[in-house]
Parts: sequence; structure tokens; C-alpha cells
Amino acid sequence: MKQQKKWYDYLWIVSLVYLTLGFLNILFAWLGLIFFCTPLIIALVTGNKGYCHRYCDRGQLLALLGGRFGLSRKRDMPRWMVSKAFRYGFLVFFLAMFLLMLWNTGLVFAGARDLQEVVTILWTFQVPWHWAYHGTLFSEGVAQFAFGFYSVMLTSTILGLVTMVLFKPRSWCVYCPMGTMTTLICKVKAKECV
Amino acid sequence: MAEGKKKKRLARVDRDLCASCGCCRKVCPREAISIYKGLYALVDEALCIGCKKCAKECPASIIEIQEVDR
Repeated sequence: MKQQKKWYDYLWIVSLVYLTLGFLNILFAWLGLIFFCTPLIIALVTGNKGYCHRYCDRGQLLALLGGRFGLSRKRDMPRWMVSKAFRYGFLVFFLAMFLLMLWNTGLVFAGARDLQEVVTILWTFQVPWHWAYHGTLFSEGVAQFAFGFYSVMLTSTILGLVTMVLFKPRSWCVYCPMGTMTTLICKVKAKECV
Repeated sequence: MAEGKKKKRLARVDRDLCASCGCCRKVCPREAISIYKGLYALVDEALCIGCKKCAKECPASIIEIQEVDR
């Protein structure tokens, strides 16, 4: 019984388009805020994680590459990676790095720091990305945020791909910070209803 | 074989560790799985046929197929 595909079953294309656009012009990285806000809004409004199984573009991409294209070993994840401690720990680390990125953006806005035309992968490796910067009409801080945000998106995509290959296709879903946050929101909302 | 000893296979979810990502819901051929309030995967035992598709798909590998008395 094969279910008919809906329009939202093709959102994996959005992932590829986003990463490509950021390669051409870094300012497109701002569009990534959609992927941050939509799951939170859905969780806050409806109290469910409909975003994860319906609209998540990254989840679909990982399922496609790991499943249909067979790029996953399909092994069990180590138990420590499935644990709640790791999930919450990763969320805290992820948010801390995000705040650091916002702080650096603020410094550029304030003129206390020069624009860094690099994309930082895995919070460590600085990769030159100057070809994707063609100037901005606004403050250089706008571009700094774009570089920072694109770094976050690229880093998490890479982590998702690595755990896809090593473990199950959608292993990323287990420790996805957005998923952990929406679960927390749902927990609070479920308690409110009782 | 004595009747009444028939076993039924069912998917059991470790609700505490469930990430409620909905991967299982997507592959279930019987639409037996829903995500209860965004908290965990809930299996409708009347619909579940224990086909194991969800268990294979679950990225956290926390779904087990158990045999239970009918």
C-alpha cells in the first residue's frame, strides 16, 4: 500500500537549494531562519512535532540518501548517543555555539570586529568563502550573521551525513537540537492540557 | 496445536527514549502509529501486524517486536 506523494514529500530539494544558494551568495543563508522558526512555531501552536515527519527537509534528504540510495550502514546507534544526556548535552552545546556566533555578529555590527569571510565547519575549521560575498547594502554585520548561520547549517548537515553513513539514515533526528527543543515544548504543552 | 495459544507480534516503543521524530509513522504500512502529543510514538495494537518496518527504520533503535498472547 504505497501512499501517494504529497507536495511536502519533495522538501528535501529545499536542503540542496539552500546549501547551493549559500555557496553562490552567502546572504541567502538568512533564509535558514525559516528552518529554525517553523518547527518551533508548529510546536508552540499545535503542540506536536508535525514538522519532523512531514516538512523537515533535512530528514527527508537523509532518508533519501541513506535509504533509497543505500548510503547508510543501517546499524544501531551507540546507546550513549541515544541517551537523553547526550541529546540535552548536544542541545546546550549547540545553543552555546549559536550564542557565540550571535555575539561575534554583534561585534561586527558594532564595528569592534572585522567581517570574517569564512565558513566555520564543526566549530573549528575555517574555510575561505569569500567568493560568495558580493557586498551588502546594509551593515557588514548582516553578512557576518549569514556566514555564521551558514556555518551552523553546513556543520549540522555534515554531522547528519556522517551519522547517516555510520548508523541509520535519520540518526540525526535522535540528537537534532531543533527536535529536542520541539520535544521540550511539546512536553510543557502536554502538561498544560492536563 | 491447541487453540488460544496463538501469538501476535506487536511493535513496542521505549517511550522514554523516543525522539518522536515520526520516522516509524512514515513507514508503517497500516498507519498504526501516531505521535502522541509530540512526546512518543503510539502504536495502535489493533492495527499493528508486527511487520518490523518501524523497528528497522527507528534511528534510535528503540522499537522492539514482541510476541504477546492474543
